[in-house]
Amino acid sequence: MIQAKGLTKIYGTRYALRGVDLEAEAGEILGVFGPNGAGKSTLVRILAGQAKPSSGSVTLCGHPLATEAAQARACTGVVGHLTYLYDDLTAVENLRFFARMFGLHLKEPELLERLSRVGLRGREHEPVRHFSRGMQQRLALARATLHNPRVLILDEPYTGLDRQASLFLDNLVRDFAREGGTVLLVTHDVDHGLNIATRVLLLVSGRVVDQGPADAFSAQTIVTAYETGRKVPQA
Amino acid sequence: MSYFAGIAAVYWKDVLLEFRTRQSLSTMFTFCLTIVIIFNFVFEPGSPAVLEVSPGVLWAAFTFSGLLGISRSFSFEIDRGGLQGLLLCPVERSTIYFGKVLGNATFMLLIEAVTFPIFVVFYNLPPNMNLLGLVLVFVLGTLGFVAVGTLLSAISANTKAREVLLPVLLFPVAVPVLVATVKSTGPLLRGEDLAQVASWVKLLLAFDLLFLAASSLTFEFIVEE
Ligand SMILES: Nc1ncnc2c1ncn2[C@@H]1O[C@H](COP(=O)(O)OP(=O)(O)OP(=O)(O)O)[C@@H](O)[C@H]1O
Ligand SMILES: [Mg+2]
Repeated sequence: MIQAKGLTKIYGTRYALRGVDLEAEAGEILGVFGPNGAGKSTLVRILAGQAKPSSGSVTLCGHPLATEAAQARACTGVVGHLTYLYDDLTAVENLRFFARMFGLHLKEPELLERLSRVGLRGREHEPVRHFSRGMQQRLALARATLHNPRVLILDEPYTGLDRQASLFLDNLVRDFAREGGTVLLVTHDVDHGLNIATRVLLLVSGRVVDQGPADAFSAQTIVTAYETGRKVPQA
Repeated sequence: MSYFAGIAAVYWKDVLLEFRTRQSLSTMFTFCLTIVIIFNFVFEPGSPAVLEVSPGVLWAAFTFSGLLGISRSFSFEIDRGGLQGLLLCPVERSTIYFGKVLGNATFMLLIEAVTFPIFVVFYNLPPNMNLLGLVLVFVLGTLGFVAVGTLLSAISANTKAREVLLPVLLFPVAVPVLVATVKSTGPLLRGEDLAQVASWVKLLLAFDLLFLAASSLTFEFIVEE
């Protein structure tokens, strides 16, 4: 469902990605780990179609991003570093806008239902400006899943979420994968990430240094790989 | 997802945001009115000089206040990453551009519609003006100015010097539009026929189409890293 081949991204003279290949099938939760500046967000932005790779290609749900961008984006939901919400619009208005941008005509009750799913019922007509960081993140989740995507790309989605909301997100991610969706999850919480991911991809300095099924990794091997920039042999 | 539905969604969102905050319209209007009033003190009302300079004064007021609105239209998208969010949507990039152009044009035309009657009264202009012709020229002039301005606003929003870059780039690039607009506004204010300024209006129309086409084609390369 997610396929990337030879992704390279150069900013000026700095390589953010150096030939990244990855593949994630239906039902998989791919945990992407790496130290600060490893290129995780760059990878996410390229997969999401927000940035163009310097070279390499991306295919989402069988649609190459380069030639069938609209179809590829229509099947993908993204939560990034920023919430992409409009402070001066209410929660419902934000959702309605993105629904229209995805070609959906969701009626008010449906939008309210989406909001209550992320626990924002009762606050739907307040401007997002009045929301706490965690509430904004919940709304960003509702926004990203509005169009029932088959691929979910999450860049540090737990930022600002309280325990209840992160449990909600855990369940959302697991259910999503169980129903045949594909998740790419970037997180700095290695323990949490290992717990939820089915496969792991380790990114250091823009290179994939290791990947495999999640149970082949431990938090220790991952952190050691951050430091050495190399695959850590299993003891 | 139809192309026009995407444009309409972006347009609706920008109008709703402006309606909520009224930030652009209130600063634009204050600024526009200030220019009109200041120049009013320079000229003797009813003197022939007024008719000579009024197109220039009018368009100085319109374009400088329009600049304020245009420069905001992308800066609020940048702050929360709104533009990045728009890039996730399965629409052609140019729908974002056209939605914003329409939004900016609406705001500018609103200001023009409110300021123009005040201008007529203050400068004591003769009532026999060619109103229909003026409306046409205002719409075309505004569209051309906004077409360039919106594109440059997207370019400069990503740079550190975004407040400086836009006016520095916009006015030189928009010169053909501004000249054609001012040249056709004068005779129409004196009540002359549209046929008298047909060549300027045609030039205006040509530049509008050129700017809109060129901008919509390049927009994609500006907003994607
Ligand atoms: N717009 C940009 N311009 C220049 N360099 C950039 C840009 N975006 C990212 N980089 C560089 O690319 C590299 C990878 O950045 P990226 O944001 O992908 O890291 P990350 O793995 O997400 O880090 P973090 O864990 O801190 O979120 C960094 O060296 C960064 O400085
Ligand atoms: Mg990051």
